[in-house]
Amino acid sequence: MLLKTNSLRWAGLFAAMLLLLVLMSFSIVYGYTDTTWKMALEAFTQFDGTNEHIIIQSVRLPRALIAAAVGASLAIAGVLLQTLTKNPLAAPEIFGINAGAGFAVVITVTLFSISNLQVFTWVSFLGAAVSFIFVYIIGSIGREGLTPMKLTLAGAAMSAMFASMTQGFLVINETALEQVLFWLAGSVSGRKLDTLAAVFPYLLAGWIFSLIIAGKLNVLSMGEDVAKGLGLKTGLLKLGAGIVIVLLSGGAVAVAGPIGFLGIVIPHLTRAVVGIDHRWVIPYAGLFGGMLLLVADIASRYIIMPQEVPVGVMTAVIGTPFFVYIARRGFNQ
Amino acid sequence: MKKYYNLRLFGDRISFLVNRKALITFLLLAAAAAGVFVISTGTGEMKISPLKVVQVFFGGGSDMDRLVIQSFRLPRIIVALMVGMALAAAGGILQGIIRNPLASPDIIGITGGASAAVVAFLAFFSDKNNALTVSINWMPLAAFAGAAILAFLVYFLAYKDGVSPVRLVLIGIGLAALMKALTTLMMVFGPIYQASQANIWITGTVYGSNWDNVTILVPWTIVFLILAFVLARNVNIQELGDDIAKGVGSTVQKYRFLLLMVSTALIGGAVAFGGGIGFVGLMAPHMARRLVGSAFGALLPASALIGGILVMAADLIGRTLFSPLEIPAGVFTASIGAPYFIYLLFKTRNA
Repeated sequence: MLLKTNSLRWAGLFAAMLLLLVLMSFSIVYGYTDTTWKMALEAFTQFDGTNEHIIIQSVRLPRALIAAAVGASLAIAGVLLQTLTKNPLAAPEIFGINAGAGFAVVITVTLFSISNLQVFTWVSFLGAAVSFIFVYIIGSIGREGLTPMKLTLAGAAMSAMFASMTQGFLVINETALEQVLFWLAGSVSGRKLDTLAAVFPYLLAGWIFSLIIAGKLNVLSMGEDVAKGLGLKTGLLKLGAGIVIVLLSGGAVAVAGPIGFLGIVIPHLTRAVVGIDHRWVIPYAGLFGGMLLLVADIASRYIIMPQEVPVGVMTAVIGTPFFVYIARRGFNQ
Repeated sequence: MKKYYNLRLFGDRISFLVNRKALITFLLLAAAAAGVFVISTGTGEMKISPLKVVQVFFGGGSDMDRLVIQSFRLPRIIVALMVGMALAAAGGILQGIIRNPLASPDIIGITGGASAAVVAFLAFFSDKNNALTVSINWMPLAAFAGAAILAFLVYFLAYKDGVSPVRLVLIGIGLAALMKALTTLMMVFGPIYQASQANIWITGTVYGSNWDNVTILVPWTIVFLILAFVLARNVNIQELGDDIAKGVGSTVQKYRFLLLMVSTALIGGAVAFGGGIGFVGLMAPHMARRLVGSAFGALLPASALIGGILVMAADLIGRTLFSPLEIPAGVFTASIGAPYFIYLLFKTRNA
């Protein structure tokens, strides 16, 4: 680990927060429309209704906030999942939450002809939660309980199932395809601040609650038997952590659509920096997650300008090599 | 007690045991496949009685019947049969070498590689008016290349003193996710017309098959099915686990590679002409296992036939149920496959 003493860790935490803010302001200033730092400042202090000011206020600011919040949530959810399942490859999307949310959204569009982004939010929340619970149950039934292999396969299989049903609905209804294709790619752009505001209470609750249970997670990570012996109510803790994961990952997918691999990459990165104490890992992971998604989002604007690469694709491209690396390294180290 | 027949050919150089029960099941399945084949050929906008269909097969029948059957329906149904057989056989092989009943071509990403390649093909070889700049006949080649490249990639990334089944499946899942992201990316950038075209392909359909497809697909599939049958005993050994397999004298890694390549070739051919018809590779081997047990020599032909029946039936339903609207066969295989899959997950909870 990089930061060995607590004072170093406090300093690091402070620096990470600062860096997050810097990246958010970068995200506000840089993009296809030419804006300067001065304009960005003026857009908030003396708004004059010019095109640039409107873009900064209604497009760039929500985008930066959403990227930070979604990134933080996915990363923290990843940490909790990896601890809960003792599986280094666990992450929200492995549980099929992206596919579940996508399927729920497509059902809404095709069967009920609703194409309101606000409704998408709630529906995808629901889809994510259902899929998560389903995969968790399927992955843990049986004698050996929750094994990494069973879990990953159950998740992949549920994803495949949801994906092919999604495809089926989209083939039958072409107009729906047009409406949801952009959502299905996973992106933090084009979302209004209202979308974030709608789920923000859940995300915030998830963040706070995950910090509260951080100490107990340390005990749990010593193993089920040890934790029980030390007087931890493991069943209750697992249930609580499960609810937090659903809140965080469901909320994130509801705002930004399917964004993968963040929940795998960030926890490992964080543990390399601050060690395995969850009281540090969780806040750091949140900050790192926000930073990574902001960077990915800023980069996504410049790669094939003037068009944008959906940020979900960016994270997949960054994350897959990492996933392969961990899968090769094996589970026992 | 099971009864076995002993079959020896070429002065004992080739010999194998034939399980009587498996043989009977195989014949019954073959009869069922033939039945579905004939019924499917006779059903459609213009109904032709099964008897007349058979007459046409043997060169008789009226000119009209001959035209409809020979130039419109037959190529499509033959392609459906071949695609189903190839996917099912490949699924059986994969389940054997990965030693997990939930493995299938869709899950370890081989189909995903083909999808990405097809969408890329549609995106890169189109001009501004959405017209393809090269012949659409190259699309199967793109699909095949995508499937083959991904299979190699999965194999080599999973290689570390040999390939362990766990690594193979995990890396397959990881790459499948990447392929899905790339597919979505290209669909978002392409015009919406193309996205829906690509989407139909990804779902899987045998619509628009012609005799040219048949002349490529049939020999390809048959050759690799026979190869798979010859290698069947190695699948049996692989299923025992690496240690035992080595102990009884099998070169585990060599055959694992060989078997993976055979199944990739089968999948590649199938997705090239049928698109990403899902869940067949998962379902068919399980159904076959119920009927003939898990000795692979019997399992392979049985599961191939079941796969063929499944895809032919799905295609038949797809083109008749909502006629004149065509529903891709993949929608139906998924809608049977998905519930079956949940059942499997539950049933294999202690595996």
